Amino acid sequence: MIHKIGSQTRLFLQTVGSVVWLLLSTISEMMENIARGRAPFRASSLFAQTDRAGVGSVPLTAMVSFFLGLTMAILTGYQLQRFGSERYVPGLVAVAFTRELGPLLTGIVIAARIGAAYTAELGTMTVSEEVEALETMGIGPMRFLVAPRVVAITFLMPCLSVVATVAALISTALVSWYNLNISFEYCRDLILESIMLKDVYTGIVKSLLFGLIIGLVSCYKGLAVVGGAAGVGSATTSSVVIAITTVIGMDTVANIILTNVLP
Amino acid sequence: MSDQPLVRLENVRLAFGEKVILDGFNLAVEKKERLVVMGQSGSGKSTLLRLICGILKPTSGSVKFGYLEIPKLKRSLLNQLRKKVGMVYQYSALISSINVRDNLALPLEELTRKTPAEIDKLVDEKLDMVNMRESKTAMPAELSGGMKKRIGLARALMLEPELILYDEPSAGLDPVISSVIDELMIHVSEQTGATSVIVTHEMESAFRIASRMAMVYQGKVIEIGTPQEMRSSRNPVVVQFLSGDTHGPILEAAGQPPVEAEEEPAKPPRRKR
Repeated sequence: MIHKIGSQTRLFLQTVGSVVWLLLSTISEMMENIARGRAPFRASSLFAQTDRAGVGSVPLTAMVSFFLGLTMAILTGYQLQRFGSERYVPGLVAVAFTRELGPLLTGIVIAARIGAAYTAELGTMTVSEEVEALETMGIGPMRFLVAPRVVAITFLMPCLSVVATVAALISTALVSWYNLNISFEYCRDLILESIMLKDVYTGIVKSLLFGLIIGLVSCYKGLAVVGGAAGVGSATTSSVVIAITTVIGMDTVANIILTNVLP
Repeated sequence: MSDQPLVRLENVRLAFGEKVILDGFNLAVEKKERLVVMGQSGSGKSTLLRLICGILKPTSGSVKFGYLEIPKLKRSLLNQLRKKVGMVYQYSALISSINVRDNLALPLEELTRKTPAEIDKLVDEKLDMVNMRESKTAMPAELSGGMKKRIGLARALMLEPELILYDEPSAGLDPVISSVIDELMIHVSEQTGATSVIVTHEMESAFRIASRMAMVYQGKVIEIGTPQEMRSSRNPVVVQFLSGDTHGPILEAAGQPPVEAEEEPAKPPRRKR
């Protein structure tokens, strides 16, 4: 039992160390290229990843958030109606999505949709020696492959988080109008009254952090693949599990810090 | 000074945990030669290529390119050195998401300041060299194994390297295409004057290409010489390897009994109708 705990702890620390090393190596390769008077990575590659991770993820993120917002509004409305406090529903959903559920839900969707794709893609490239070929040519694989992916996913997460929150607010407005007799204008006022600036920046900071985690974990798992096609499969599963678990864990840590230390 | 080998490995040991791949490995690669390195599967031949291009670092010993100690180089210097080394992979290792033209242009776009017109000209030149101009816009997945090998070779030539490393260049190819690749390697070496290190265990190819041959066995070079010297070697390991005999020191050392030719099983009597 103790041996198992020990080996699991060692594996965890190894993974954390490797992910941090990947981040530092990527930054170092980018800085070397900048020092040579060149762009840190290809702009075309960044735009391709941005399109894929961002634009491609809008429908799924919006749909999931729309339905979750709908459910949340119905259930909270059902409870609060009994106390005559249904006018708090739009504000409650708005705050929950802006600082918590928007980033978290987007993180989970992106880890499953894009993180898995990154791991599978880089894993296949590793297995077929494409990554090694880049290194042999003197082209840093971190700069060429990891940097555009991590930058794209990190800076797109806040945008997708906004999409998720807006989708949830639309569904909340519909439920408020149909079930709770709250007009769209009044609903908008209730939402704007309840959201504070700190809710917005909390959501943005969390989204950036989640994007960075998902990007780094998925790229690391892809580059560390061993064992052919089976290895790619297990690395992809493991990448999604680690990314989602870490996102939820970091969300808790961020909540503790932001509500207690920086109220 | 000019007689110094291009690459020299001295007393190299490489181990992954308890598994020793190379031990006391010594090899000197002379300029402009075509050195074929042969040996059993898993004997460390491909590992040797990865040591030369700095992908792997030896546990101990020295790997030198000219005067430069490869394992001790900083990443930026190592990347500069890698411009002088081209590698052709066993399965080509072309970047699957971009077409042939972009695969060839990649090292020039990333590592040089050439204009797109200059790059296009060089890409066409190298494609002509390997007779693959018509596949310029094809994706790697649309190419056959032999075509991929040729494109892989063209990519390795893009930065006009001093040293070309070939990892099993004719593995998995039919005899005709294998001969085409062999002739291409000879042609490239003669035309560019580049030094070649070719790892293979295809004996027919090896004797066709080599100006010198080295036999790797149990983590060491046990025999090195011209193809004629290898043919007349009396080393039992070399003799067994070249003949492909199942009786001899190779299988005995591996703890495997020699494979006896099975007698044809007696046919069951035909049943009467």
